[in-house]
Amino acid sequence: MKNNYSIFSLIKNAFSYHENWEKAWKDPEPKKEYDAVIVGGGGHGLATAYYLAKKHNMRNIAVVEKGWIGGGNTGRNTTIIRSNYLWDASAGLYDHALKIWEGLSQELNYNVMFSQRGVMNLAHNLQDVRDLKRRTHANRLNGIDAIYLNTEEVKKFCPIINTSQDIRYPVLGGTLQRRAGTARHDAVAWGYARGADEMGVDIIQNCEVKGIKRDGDIVEGIETTKGFIKAKKIGVVAAGHSSVIANMAGLKLPLESKPLQALVSEPVKPIIDTVVMSNAVHAYVSQSDKGELVIGAGTDDYISYSQKGSHDIVEGTLNAILELYPIFSRMRMLRQWGGIVDICPDASPIISKTSIKGLYFNCGWGTGGFKATPGSGDLFAHTIANDEPHKLNAAFNLNRFVSGDLVDEHGAAAVAH
Amino acid sequence: MFLINCPFCGEREQSEFKAGGEAHIERPKQPTELSDDEWAEFLFMRKNIKGVQFERWNHAHGCRKWFNIARDTSNDQIKAVYKMGEKPTVK
Repeated sequence: MKNNYSIFSLIKNAFSYHENWEKAWKDPEPKKEYDAVIVGGGGHGLATAYYLAKKHNMRNIAVVEKGWIGGGNTGRNTTIIRSNYLWDASAGLYDHALKIWEGLSQELNYNVMFSQRGVMNLAHNLQDVRDLKRRTHANRLNGIDAIYLNTEEVKKFCPIINTSQDIRYPVLGGTLQRRAGTARHDAVAWGYARGADEMGVDIIQNCEVKGIKRDGDIVEGIETTKGFIKAKKIGVVAAGHSSVIANMAGLKLPLESKPLQALVSEPVKPIIDTVVMSNAVHAYVSQSDKGELVIGAGTDDYISYSQKGSHDIVEGTLNAILELYPIFSRMRMLRQWGGIVDICPDASPIISKTSIKGLYFNCGWGTGGFKATPGSGDLFAHTIANDEPHKLNAAFNLNRFVSGDLVDEHGAAAVAH
Repeated sequence: MFLINCPFCGEREQSEFKAGGEAHIERPKQPTELSDDEWAEFLFMRKNIKGVQFERWNHAHGCRKWFNIARDTSNDQIKAVYKMGEKPTVK
């Protein structure tokens, strides 16, 4: 049993200069065999392991990660959490995640700094206005809080936005989801890792998967840089590298991997207390607790695993930011980075069984997976443990690309992909 | 971002071009005779290779012609540029 984190443990450890905190997770060598192995130690993978252990009582499991946990897209995103998706299936999926977020810090005894500061999506043209109004109605029918704001209300909610009507893309209105917000991305990975480790899950870092061994249509285990690991069930949560793992098993997925960029500015005093997303001009901005502006840019046009991004994409985003927020004109940017996102043709994720028994994929989250981390882990764990999808992720199967029953969230999700 | 040597215009910035995805996927001659699985394979399934990938590009802000590229997607280095209908010169 791990020691509880609390104000008392904080005071107690202060007396020893914070040098004697116990490790949040062990660093074990892999065993020869597991009941289930999760490939990918990001937020989704660690959450999957956590819920497999907690809700499905599978304790002989491992998470293998080629780098360090939370070092991929979990540590590279802009931490926006919301559930205002258009279609019923997506609304169910993302609101399931949002409900878990609301109690996550307590559940994990780990402060994930979930802050329901609201997410506002802007409309810049007549079609945006229609789409956002339609989405607001659809959200409310699904029990998701959403309101439509006119230009004055947008200005009142976030006074630094330039609502002048003579700019290139004037603000005509917006939507607001008050339950939405942000969380601390690293804490999510670390909190789930600590929780999973406590229940006996082996978290194995610096262990890259090199091959998937199968006997006909049944999976047998994985070849890794730390040797062969036998496993009855393998859940792959490898984000941008999902296709690479799928190719090892002789599968093809409907994915394209592209670099998505983000950047942060120098830290400044509090200036924006919400998250503002603009679909049409592709500019997302919020402010971290350290004071940095956190800015999300777009994906590159081409497939790449380079974890870089093109300069012209950043330039386009900053042009839009400057037009919408003239007050930022002299801000300096501190850091820029890229993550590799796996995009599905319908911009919806895949949480699914495959044609190979015992092999499961959780991928295709594209540009917006962070918000779904707890829900994704919960539903993927359910799918792996029962060999059947939960009703909330039944629509997100691989077979939808054959049947044509797509969940088309391109644009519909209030974000350009 | 990188430079692309358009076979018609010469070397230009990548931002002048539009990526057209994986190359050499032939449109089925008789789509009506395909099963749903085969149609999905043609329409959606991609190799999405990490390594040298053959892909189509269009010089959208230049000559507007389509051509093929062999590019290493792990570091964005272009290994070969070749015209439509031609075979790649690298493996």
